[in-house]
Amino acid sequence: MKYIDEFRNISIATKITELIQREARGLKPVNFMEVCGTHTMAVERFGIRKTLPDNVRLISGPGCPVCVTPKDYIDKAIAMADIENIIVFSFGDMLKVPGTSSSLLKQRSKGKVKIVYSPLDSVQFAEKNQDKKIIFLGIGFETTVPTVAASVKYAKKKKLKNFFIYSGHKIMPPAMELLAKDKEVNIKGFLCPAHVSAIIGVKYYRIICRRYNIPCVISGFEPLDILQSILMLIRQVKSKKAKVENQYSRVVKASGNIMALRLIYEVFSISDSDWRGIGVIKNSGLVLSKGYRDFDAEKNMDLPDVKTSVDKGCICGSVLKGIKTPLDCKLFSKRCNPDNPYGACMVSSEGICAAYYRYRK
Amino acid sequence: MKTITLSHGNGGKLMHNLIKDLFLKYLGNPFLNKLGDAALLNFRTRKLAYTTDSFVVKPLFFPGGDIGKLSVCGTVNDLAVSGAMSKYLSCGIIVEDGFNYATLEKITISIRDTCKSAGVNIVAGDFKVVEKGAIDGIFINTSGVGEVSNNSEISVSRITPGDKIIISGTIGDHAASILLAREDLKFKTGIKSDCSPLNKFVSSIICRDIKFMRDPTRGGLATTLNEISLASGYDIAIEESGIPVKESVSALCEILGFDPLYMANEGKLIAIVSKDAATNILAKMRKHALGKSARIIGEVKKEKDKKVYLETRSGGLRILDMIAGEQLPRIC
Amino acid sequence: MCLAIPMKILKITLDRAVVSSGGIRRTIGVNFLKNPRVGDYVIVHAGFAIEKLDTVKAEETLKLLEEIQ
Repeated sequence: MKYIDEFRNISIATKITELIQREARGLKPVNFMEVCGTHTMAVERFGIRKTLPDNVRLISGPGCPVCVTPKDYIDKAIAMADIENIIVFSFGDMLKVPGTSSSLLKQRSKGKVKIVYSPLDSVQFAEKNQDKKIIFLGIGFETTVPTVAASVKYAKKKKLKNFFIYSGHKIMPPAMELLAKDKEVNIKGFLCPAHVSAIIGVKYYRIICRRYNIPCVISGFEPLDILQSILMLIRQVKSKKAKVENQYSRVVKASGNIMALRLIYEVFSISDSDWRGIGVIKNSGLVLSKGYRDFDAEKNMDLPDVKTSVDKGCICGSVLKGIKTPLDCKLFSKRCNPDNPYGACMVSSEGICAAYYRYRK
Repeated sequence: MKTITLSHGNGGKLMHNLIKDLFLKYLGNPFLNKLGDAALLNFRTRKLAYTTDSFVVKPLFFPGGDIGKLSVCGTVNDLAVSGAMSKYLSCGIIVEDGFNYATLEKITISIRDTCKSAGVNIVAGDFKVVEKGAIDGIFINTSGVGEVSNNSEISVSRITPGDKIIISGTIGDHAASILLAREDLKFKTGIKSDCSPLNKFVSSIICRDIKFMRDPTRGGLATTLNEISLASGYDIAIEESGIPVKESVSALCEILGFDPLYMANEGKLIAIVSKDAATNILAKMRKHALGKSARIIGEVKKEKDKKVYLETRSGGLRILDMIAGEQLPRIC
Repeated sequence: MCLAIPMKILKITLDRAVVSSGGIRRTIGVNFLKNPRVGDYVIVHAGFAIEKLDTVKAEETLKLLEEIQ
């Protein structure tokens, strides 16, 4: 596939890996954090971790929408699917996340939950099935939000009365700043998300870099992108000068995608948001803005109250921050494993806990 | 007749007519036509292989196949990878009250066509109708018996370090085809299930140098290699660059976040073969229509951690575990 | 949170485009792309093009990677 295969070239990957090994020699151990679930996935899929020297530690941050969606959101979504005449539409990612007593996967087998590739597909279904109420689960960061915003705008244009969004959207920079401040996490470099950056540009990373003196490299998702970005971070650490570098210049513009940003902030506005395992982060979430409140599921429907249980013993929050590893978790592998995930970090098959599970003896 | 009703399953005249006008019409042969309580069979050898499988796939029809074709291939293939040439199959069909007759006919015709292509006969059958909602549409069970070839010595205990691992063709086609038919993802792909009977293909390659075979169905190549690793006790190492995947399947997987290594196949086999015979067996495979894309993808190692390792296409190292649950389209 | 791949635009009609990669095709939205043209490579996520791929910069990056030391 064009513009993908070239960035997986094994001889170049080997060369960069050797450079990383050489240039990291003698370096005090460093934590580099990637904050995008797709980076976590790529690192695991291409087997990159095993090729890095021991003193360069790649930790996965809270960039996985599955992992940071609060349990009560899942419980409410399951309750919505239980209501007669409502069909819940969702990206596939959410279906296996455990709620208090059920999951969306179980609702799917009753025909009350449907998976879509694009949020627009759910609006078009609503258009063709006016006798049903459609709720789309809006999760994902700035890459996904414009696609949901465009879909809501389409629903408004078509004057649909049976389409709603349940927003669980979050934005990245406030979470990155929280982690940058945290001395326990001790981040020495950020691998910044490729496609979130394509939307938001480099502005926020410049702020974080200046305030906290942390090197930032915007990295593509292919193995050569990730390896080159790690090398760039190592070189920044050695030069003791932190700056923002754009490795993914073939897609990311410094200003971001202005049309997409305008669309996001026309349809959504910023609010505080609860991150599973971390807690409430101010100004880190998105809710439908005034002109689009008619499409807000929570505001326009009689939804039942849900009782959400507390995750006992689950240390997903510390794992998401990179402070603890899955091996530190009492539930790991026993109560919580890929077949029966208890915490959100185990649900994603490329998530840090699932990855550790695979490497266990 | 538009639909099947409970009366068609109660053993009376309606059922007898259905058996005559549908099942015997399309599947009839000297054994089945007797409509005895059992088929009386003769075998030339004493070593027989016997297997059973049930089929509940949704949707019932998908590009490249349907539940009927699958139910024949599934059992024929389990026998084939055990080194046995299938001759006789049984077929039990359960349908829901209200099931569409034309659909049942279409499925029966497909069973007939697949049997013909594999050179097997349905010699015993059963038909039941249950209340609406008791099952989802139609379930089919097939069992099969076959004679183990004199040339075959398939046993997991024969696997030793150094043995080579061959995959007979591209992976992920079947699962991709089912996914596209089941969910409305709105992609135009041309992807078809690889559902095929493998018995004649195996016949053309079977020899003592093939120590073990398995068809990588549910859970895909990675899960099946894990099963083999666990059963044999040895680690397995494979190379991603050697694994054949169709470009369209690969592209779909990149977009939806699927891993072809964990996707089901219904017309492929994995063969564990002696190191020295690997090149010859590969050449024989490639001569057959079902083995044109066969590749040697790895080998059995002497370490005994029972792990499956993948050298990734960019030179990294990955451990492949068994599949944990269904893969679903993702945005992350 | 950004599973997306480069796909080539084959046809554009208003704010919808047919894109292709590896022999598969889909109709997607190009609502927030400036001046998309047939032949452009775009990054496709959740049924929309989120940005164009700059093929010149892509070749430059590849050259840099080949010569990296």
